[in-house]
Amino acid sequence: MTARIESALAHIGSIEDLAALDTPIHRLDPRAKLVTTLALLVAVASFGRYEVTRLLPLALYPIVLAALGDVPAGPILARLALASPFAILVGIFNPLIDRAPLAALGPVVVTGGWLSFASILVRFGLSLGTALLLVATTGFDAVCAALARLGLPRALVIQLLFVYRYLFVLSDDAARMIRAHGLRAPLGRRPGLRVAGSMLGQLLLRTLARAQRIHAAMLCRGFDGVFRLRRPLRLGARDVAFAVGWCGWFALVRAVDLPQLLGAVLGRLG
Amino acid sequence: MHMSDALVSPAVGGAMWGVAVGVAAWSARKLRQAPEDGRVPLMGVLGAFVFAAQMVTFAIPATGSSGHLGGGVLLAIILGPGAAFLVMASVLMVQALLFADGGLLALGCNIVNLGFFASFLAYPFVFRPVAGARPTPRRLFGASLAACVVGLQLGALGVVVETALSGVSELRFASFLLLMQPIHLAIGIVEGLVTGAVVVFLRRARADLPLGTALAPEAGRPRSRRAALVAVGLVAMLGAGVLSWFASSRPDGLEWSLARLAGGRTPVVPDTGLRRALARAQAAMALLPEYGLEKNAAGGRESRPRSWPAVDAGTSTAGLVGALLTLALSGAVGAGLRAVRRSAPASRAPSLRSRQDVT
Repeated sequence: MTARIESALAHIGSIEDLAALDTPIHRLDPRAKLVTTLALLVAVASFGRYEVTRLLPLALYPIVLAALGDVPAGPILARLALASPFAILVGIFNPLIDRAPLAALGPVVVTGGWLSFASILVRFGLSLGTALLLVATTGFDAVCAALARLGLPRALVIQLLFVYRYLFVLSDDAARMIRAHGLRAPLGRRPGLRVAGSMLGQLLLRTLARAQRIHAAMLCRGFDGVFRLRRPLRLGARDVAFAVGWCGWFALVRAVDLPQLLGAVLGRLG
Repeated sequence: MHMSDALVSPAVGGAMWGVAVGVAAWSARKLRQAPEDGRVPLMGVLGAFVFAAQMVTFAIPATGSSGHLGGGVLLAIILGPGAAFLVMASVLMVQALLFADGGLLALGCNIVNLGFFASFLAYPFVFRPVAGARPTPRRLFGASLAACVVGLQLGALGVVVETALSGVSELRFASFLLLMQPIHLAIGIVEGLVTGAVVVFLRRARADLPLGTALAPEAGRPRSRRAALVAVGLVAMLGAGVLSWFASSRPDGLEWSLARLAGGRTPVVPDTGLRRALARAQAAMALLPEYGLEKNAAGGRESRPRSWPAVDAGTSTAGLVGALLTLALSGAVGAGLRAVRRSAPASRAPSLRSRQDVT
């Protein structure tokens, strides 16, 4: 788990670097990207559970986002692979349970279970990949600003910004503590329940003390209980066109079976 | 045990989003009424603590595996229910946005499963009664353990119910339930043991810290009848919402598994007035009325029991060829755009990563 968190933190670092780029996608208003991403998620989830091929045209959006936003595919795919076990675990039973033949590719009969399993994997890749790309091309702070402007309760937005700000600081605290334990523990064993309890308790005490220091620092700087988020957001014609255009594409993909159409046309030509 | 976007239907995801946003707004309003006394930084830093605490893994005796703190119940014990709920919601949002844990559509489900059950059910209705007014360390430990077990059992049940209602996974309700609950009983016990250890440690080190009352003064008194009524009402609403989706939006999932259990015969569904009314309302309100009712053989769940195995090889093959072509075209568009971008190199804004300064 430690390794998992560390890789996650390294991932945030690389996301921050990507979010600092300046590309046509980065220059879009964060609200346009957020709304388009949410529309894609609804479109993905609205397909029936045996749909695989009809979902694929939706991949155009994340592909274009990554291409125009200069986001390399490797780290995003690696992150998806790390997050995939639960989706695979729940989906892997489908081929075993649902053995009704639903499609045929020449002599090979595909059962409903395999179709729905493939559908779960495609959904997983599309929705989570797009969410990661949203943050990688926008930055976490800007996504929070967009959420605030779209009506998320202010207390929650402030909370998000605080969590993000202190994620690294407290993780460093924890890492130092784990290293100190490792240097003193025979054979570098993991702490037992008792020791872990006091380690976590110590970490908690430090956290509470830190919260008091932060509060004092905020009061010193004139904090009066009201948060003022200063991040000018301007919604231009480009942003609206971006969101409307992509939502139109999603609606088209939802209404028309494009791969089927393409395959049929190709078959007629050949 | 994050619920995944891949498994959730828009109806279930949207309904749980609604519940999560409602509880968050209620909690935020409740907190605004309490005096602001360093609450905001405390909540924020405790959210980051949940992440950091997950780095401290410990050996689970006699199993060879390791566990870590989950955090929901511990937060409720320190902060009280409303603040703990908001902190868990923010932690889950960060996980969904940055780590691809769960996903945005399933976020509402995850906030309810991991935040609501721990803060608003396990803490007030298990932890507080067991701990009592003047808890001894032993009672604190036992109460933490019980609250974690109950919270995780409810959370696992939430995952199973949401998965079954969404109908994307093929797992039957009963078998998924039998898979999830025992696993989460074990996880709950381990999590409860370490939460109890931390709470007892905190009690010894900071006896001055009023647990669960730091931020919500009204929680210090024994829980009023009204608060209990609100909690029960919320659970009832949740249950009613969930059950109504079962009854109206996706009758096929339940009927279909009933049909399997009944050996292929379609079960007789009583055509009550309520059911008809719900169906009418559903037809009138449905955003995507054709959802799940595709007429073609490749997509039709409705048509399957009658017409299978009506497999049209021609249709399937055309679909696959078209799909491969779609992917190739999308990839080509991406590669083309990348090539264009590369010929005009991007300017790089100064990096924001110098965040090592510490308050």
